[in-house]
Amino acid sequence: MDRQKIKTFLTLGLVLLSCLVLFWGEQYLGKFSTRVLNLAAIFVILGASMNLVLGFTGMFSLGHAGFMCVGAYVSAILTMSPESKEMIYFMEPIISPLDKIHWPVFPAILTAGLVAAFFGFLIGFPALRLRDDYLAIATLGFGEIIRIIVTNTISITNGSLGLKNIPPIKSLWVYWGFAIATIWILKQLINSSWGYAFKAIRDNEIAAEAMGIDIFKHKLMSFTIGAFFAGLAGALMGHLITSVDPTMFRFLFTFQILLIIVLGGLGSLTGSVIAGVLVTVMMEVLRFVEQPMNLFGLQIPGIPGMRMVIFALLLLVVILFYRQGLMGTREFNWDWVLDKVGVGRRKEKGVGVDG
Amino acid sequence: MTGEIFLQNLANGISLGSLYALIAIGYTMVYGILRLINFAHADLLMVAAYVAFYGILVFTLPWWLSFLIAIVVTAILGVSIEKVAYRPLRDAPRISVLISAIGVSFLLENLGIVAIGARPKSFPRPEDIVWNINIGDISFLSLTIIIPLITVILLVAVTYMVNKTKIGTAMRAVSRDFETASLMAVDVNKVVSATFVVGSSLAAVGGIMWSLQYPQIDPLMGVFPGLKCFIAAVMGGIGSIPGAMLGGFILGMGEVFLVAFMPELSGYRDAFAFVILIFILLFKPTGILGENVVEKV
Amino acid sequence: MANPWQNSILVTDNITMQFGGLKAVSNLALNIAPRQIVGLIGPNGAGKTTAFNMITGVYKPTSGKITFDGNDITGLRPNQITELGIARTFQNIRLFSSMSVLENVLLSKHVRLKATPLEAILGLPRYTRARKRHIEECMDLLEQVQLADVAHEKATSLPYGKQRRLEIARALATQPKMILLDEPAAGMNPQESLELMEFIARIREQFGLTVLMIEHHMEVVMGICEHIVVLDHGETIAQGTPTEIQNNQQVIEAYLGAVDESA
Ligand SMILES: Nc1ncnc2c1ncn2[C@@H]1O[C@H](COP(=O)(O)OP(=O)(O)OP(=O)(O)O)[C@@H](O)[C@H]1O
Ligand SMILES: [Mg+2]
Repeated sequence: MDRQKIKTFLTLGLVLLSCLVLFWGEQYLGKFSTRVLNLAAIFVILGASMNLVLGFTGMFSLGHAGFMCVGAYVSAILTMSPESKEMIYFMEPIISPLDKIHWPVFPAILTAGLVAAFFGFLIGFPALRLRDDYLAIATLGFGEIIRIIVTNTISITNGSLGLKNIPPIKSLWVYWGFAIATIWILKQLINSSWGYAFKAIRDNEIAAEAMGIDIFKHKLMSFTIGAFFAGLAGALMGHLITSVDPTMFRFLFTFQILLIIVLGGLGSLTGSVIAGVLVTVMMEVLRFVEQPMNLFGLQIPGIPGMRMVIFALLLLVVILFYRQGLMGTREFNWDWVLDKVGVGRRKEKGVGVDG
Repeated sequence: MTGEIFLQNLANGISLGSLYALIAIGYTMVYGILRLINFAHADLLMVAAYVAFYGILVFTLPWWLSFLIAIVVTAILGVSIEKVAYRPLRDAPRISVLISAIGVSFLLENLGIVAIGARPKSFPRPEDIVWNINIGDISFLSLTIIIPLITVILLVAVTYMVNKTKIGTAMRAVSRDFETASLMAVDVNKVVSATFVVGSSLAAVGGIMWSLQYPQIDPLMGVFPGLKCFIAAVMGGIGSIPGAMLGGFILGMGEVFLVAFMPELSGYRDAFAFVILIFILLFKPTGILGENVVEKV
Repeated sequence: MANPWQNSILVTDNITMQFGGLKAVSNLALNIAPRQIVGLIGPNGAGKTTAFNMITGVYKPTSGKITFDGNDITGLRPNQITELGIARTFQNIRLFSSMSVLENVLLSKHVRLKATPLEAILGLPRYTRARKRHIEECMDLLEQVQLADVAHEKATSLPYGKQRRLEIARALATQPKMILLDEPAAGMNPQESLELMEFIARIREQFGLTVLMIEHHMEVVMGICEHIVVLDHGETIAQGTPTEIQNNQQVIEAYLGAVDESA
């Protein structure tokens, strides 16, 4: 059996295994674990999409939380029942026709992604002429502007009161379905000619432009795609927590995603997946340090804020001492696994494209 | 708008503008030399405010001594941050240093939350320096005069230092061309440290005066002033000290008068700075007083 | 060869580049005929690279006009100029450091791709076929520049001379009509420079290229250039055939002066 076939079988096996795991999880996992895993899926989407922008295209954008905010609100408004809208919007009634809209969740989530992408496109248009620090501060600014607008457009968003009673989604299948689809799409994109164009821009913008790449167009494309998935993740977040408000989408979110991609490796999707799960689980496990504890009869008070201190230290240690993170720019691939176990000698190194 | 209200707003604008200007200088100096947004600069305000707070209320020190200690502690902290978190990354890609700066900022904010809690505390206003002044129908705080006054004194001092002293000359040399300056036997590390001492001390003074003016302090108090002052620095032309002052004043005045003239937009007050930033970056990215530089290829 | 004044591929009409108070290039007037090999020489800081940067759109000239192949290209973006048929290499090598040799060359084919990103993501035939063809073309090209054996190595791990050759290959992969080489022989020993000369002459024949090159190695310049332009402090101090330039008093002084200054 040649290597290509082995790899196809392995991939099919992996897909089957994931399905079994999800099936098992759906049957036996408790409410809390399921919720953590769902959150992990959302952070995987966020990590992978921000990595596309920052790790693969080299654009230091800090606006992810803003796009999540857009996505969360769009999906929430589209899916909430007209009755709960009437109940919740008591400062100012929601404007027509949003008051009557009552969509099923799937089209709403996709629309949320598209609307966030549209925002990404609009913001990227002026912002992507900037670089590095300037881009960082401008995207941060746009993120804040989005949040401030959401707080002030009360007849659409219900302002600072936020939205409640968003139709819940509980199933692992949905969250991980979206996560796997995201990873697959981004993997295909990154291994395509466009992915190489992104990486060329990251490696050397001047050379990329001299080889005919339209820098602005490609940056805008990467940024818009990143915003799309951020919006998607934001929408999922709304359906997981069932309520949203503008303070949710502070810079804190962007920081957590930044931690994920730095820890996983700037420029490695595999790294973002691993770190996305890792950071989410850590976030939940470390909750105990913020809660009062009773250790051998000794009452230890919880320390609020401790988790974020740990995360900040973790980010600093990684960036100062292990700048590569867990994966560097490497990706999981079967060739590596097969080489390790010594199956089917590799004949010739494949071209790293469309693999 | 009556004359009195106008004057009132003008006074508010000037004192807010002075605060912005003072803090913006720290950004512009560090940026001029390291080409880095020192995200942690914003949190130095908070550190200074808390040190002063504890000095006065817990250790019952005289206010001036507390302020002095706050300035020294903040300066040491600023220099240490550069040594630990920025210096090792000097040859690393720029994204890494920025991430490190964000990490430090986040660390300080959350250490603040851990150590003193997220609840705002009210900052003491020593009677020696804060009192009410009444002229006719207008009544205002002494701070309205003191803050711009101290700002002007410090601005003059910094301008003198940068233009007339040896270390100032070295700073300008490093800011113009980091590589060449280091080849020309300028002790770059010393210059960078000196820059952080000056910038951080100004941030400390800014933080203390900010807390006197708006006497509610909390661990995240630096975030918004910090972002806005960076914007002020960009608006004035990053790297330029007079530019930072100008930007600070324009931004402070603009914010105060935006709310005064169009109260219905007051919810958007914090967005105002960002909107300005985006316009500046699009139409004159070098800022008002910045020089045009073409990137060498 | 036809009269170059009537039949030229690149004309720079008195282009000037000013940086603050410094005139890096003033009133440069080039006129290059198709398939010519032209040398641009001059002491350090003369403005040679700046001239390249203006022609390739990296800098917009302060004044003057550039015409290439009948198109006014003044102020166009570098990628637009590349699409019109000017390719270049860089004095300080600028390869894509995360990519292999083949991937570096392949990148130049990206703009020729007719498929959409969606087709690429879904792996549809229009994309995969074009991609496969591009890989074959690039392997052929690497074969011709004798880099096929290292096609899968990381580009930046190659020795210096090969990195320079890769830069040329990458430029050729954009299918240019004209190529601009910025010090292609820098850091090469005499043997390597000689090979490079032959290589440049060969690609000119093979691809019907026009070549404009900056070079400090005089034996290379005098060896293959048919026409030479000399810059000093941004001014054009001489133009002519290699023999004319070799005997030009002003050129000799410019070079001697440069030696004096640096000594
Ligand atoms: N972007 C820029 N901003 C300011 N000055 C510049 C810029 N680019 C080049 N210069 C200046 O223009 C002059 C010409 O530089 P250029 O790089 O064109 O010289 P060159 O002839 O290529 O020299 P070399 O042989 O050293 O490569 C130099 O004084 C250089 O410092
Ligand atoms: Mg040069």
